[in-house]
Amino acid sequence: MRRRSPWLRAAAIFAYAFLYVPLLIVVVYSFNDSRLNAEWVGFTLDWYRKLASDTQMLTAAGNSLVIGLVASFVSTVLGTMAGVAMHRQRLRLLPILIFAPIAIPEILMGVSLLIFFVLLNVTLGLVSVALAHIAFCIGFVAIVVRARLAGMDETLTEAARDCGASPSRAFRYVTLPLIMPGVIAGALMAFTLSIDDFVITFFTAGAGTVTLPLQIYSMIKISVTPEVNAVSTLLMLLTLLLIIMAAKLSPSLFRSEGEAST
Amino acid sequence: MANRRGRRMGAWLVSGPPLVYLLVFFAAPALIMVLASFRSPAEFGGLAPLVDEAGKLDLNVDSYVRFFTETVFMRVFVKSAWYAALTTLTCLLLAYPLATLIAKSSAKYRDLLLLLVILPFWSNFLIRIYAWMIILGPNAALAKLVNGIRALFGAGPVPLLFSGFAVLICLVYVHLPFMVLPIYANLEKHDQALLDAAQDLGATAWQRFWRITFPLSLPGVFAGAALVFIPALGIFAIPDILGGPEDTLIGNLIKQQFLETRDWPFGSVLSIALTVAALVLAGIAAWVARRGSGASRA
Repeated sequence: MRRRSPWLRAAAIFAYAFLYVPLLIVVVYSFNDSRLNAEWVGFTLDWYRKLASDTQMLTAAGNSLVIGLVASFVSTVLGTMAGVAMHRQRLRLLPILIFAPIAIPEILMGVSLLIFFVLLNVTLGLVSVALAHIAFCIGFVAIVVRARLAGMDETLTEAARDCGASPSRAFRYVTLPLIMPGVIAGALMAFTLSIDDFVITFFTAGAGTVTLPLQIYSMIKISVTPEVNAVSTLLMLLTLLLIIMAAKLSPSLFRSEGEAST
Repeated sequence: MANRRGRRMGAWLVSGPPLVYLLVFFAAPALIMVLASFRSPAEFGGLAPLVDEAGKLDLNVDSYVRFFTETVFMRVFVKSAWYAALTTLTCLLLAYPLATLIAKSSAKYRDLLLLLVILPFWSNFLIRIYAWMIILGPNAALAKLVNGIRALFGAGPVPLLFSGFAVLICLVYVHLPFMVLPIYANLEKHDQALLDAAQDLGATAWQRFWRITFPLSLPGVFAGAALVFIPALGIFAIPDILGGPEDTLIGNLIKQQFLETRDWPFGSVLSIALTVAALVLAGIAAWVARRGSGASRA
């Protein structure tokens, strides 16, 4: 019989409160009928209405959406290939290139891509941001896909090969359908990472292009306004939905190691 | 023969495209940054021409000399390391009990409790910083409470926002999940029989923790420390938004060099110094973790 001390419980409750109260405050004040984010005055949807007519914000959201879709599509294709390659072949260079972008501080990738694009005369804008996002999303997709493959029965692919299927047919009709939940989970993750990215976008977007996080940044640098709370609430809702979908498709993503077989 | 060649071709078709993409958009930019660190800045920012009018090649170590001789930059590095160390320690104190509780929970709740730790990490980074702008704001309840208490003791009001305190609390907030997960992953594998045996032999709860659980969990602690310390060292958005004028960390310095001063060579030197620090720390953490797990198995 394991006993749990009340101290432990209190410390854990404190930690969970520390994690969630700040986000809750952002959400609650987005419905607050006051310019100041200081105390509750009354319920309103004004900040959401204001948001819907803020053309700058809408442009930023549109840019984020386009970049997110392009980046998640390309990085899912490349990441799936990388995941399959790392599972089946003994590779040296690819795993380093997959894990390094995730391990090093984000700012390093941001500034090195900035120099790279400027020296190659690539105009900073939607294209450079999308190229950068693809680069940091590939690794996450590859890791999810490889985890899925590790929990899969590879003899099925071998059986298809023995029955005369070409490697590409065996992949298309046997392996791919089996790893599909992992691929879709990876795509959702990539989309979320792209939509949320601030640091790398900050360095690769140039002066004229604005994404949602960049727009939020320039707003909060000037002042605290409930409009930021409203857009934050919507963005959190979107992320939450995407992550729940990814978790449903690939439960191993949110489990401790050793349970990755489903 | 043809079959083997075909298989090798097939393998290349799968691993080639992602490899090429990452070589072009990750490895090449990193290499260019290393080269840029040995060049001179141009008059209006960026890089000076590689070969100047006199036909002299522009390659030097001026930016490195500047980094090692002007103490102000070292001081920023030390300050960043200090903030990152405080963040790591605070995260450890918060995460350890939480990880213990999750590891001791029944399997039914474990995934949910773990998901609740990870979920905030998936909300936008800026939103999590913004939340602290509200909480620590001058008109918010917390600032009124703190300054009210200070007034009782005759001390003047202090601003909570735009301070080192704001930077630290947000650093802890953002990195906490990275400390909880590895410690939990380690604690979950512990053998309850060891603790039962110790209890039968008369060890108190504190002795059982300090002599058995904690030493065994060190690999998880070190992994968590690396996962918190390294990103915290290179952070720029948090001090940029929540910090005061004295809270310039390495990340802010790098941002300044690239976007404001536009001294790319010196910005590159700072970035390389940060990379080296991150790699050395990651290497040490991996080495300690391997030694630790080897020792606990023996």
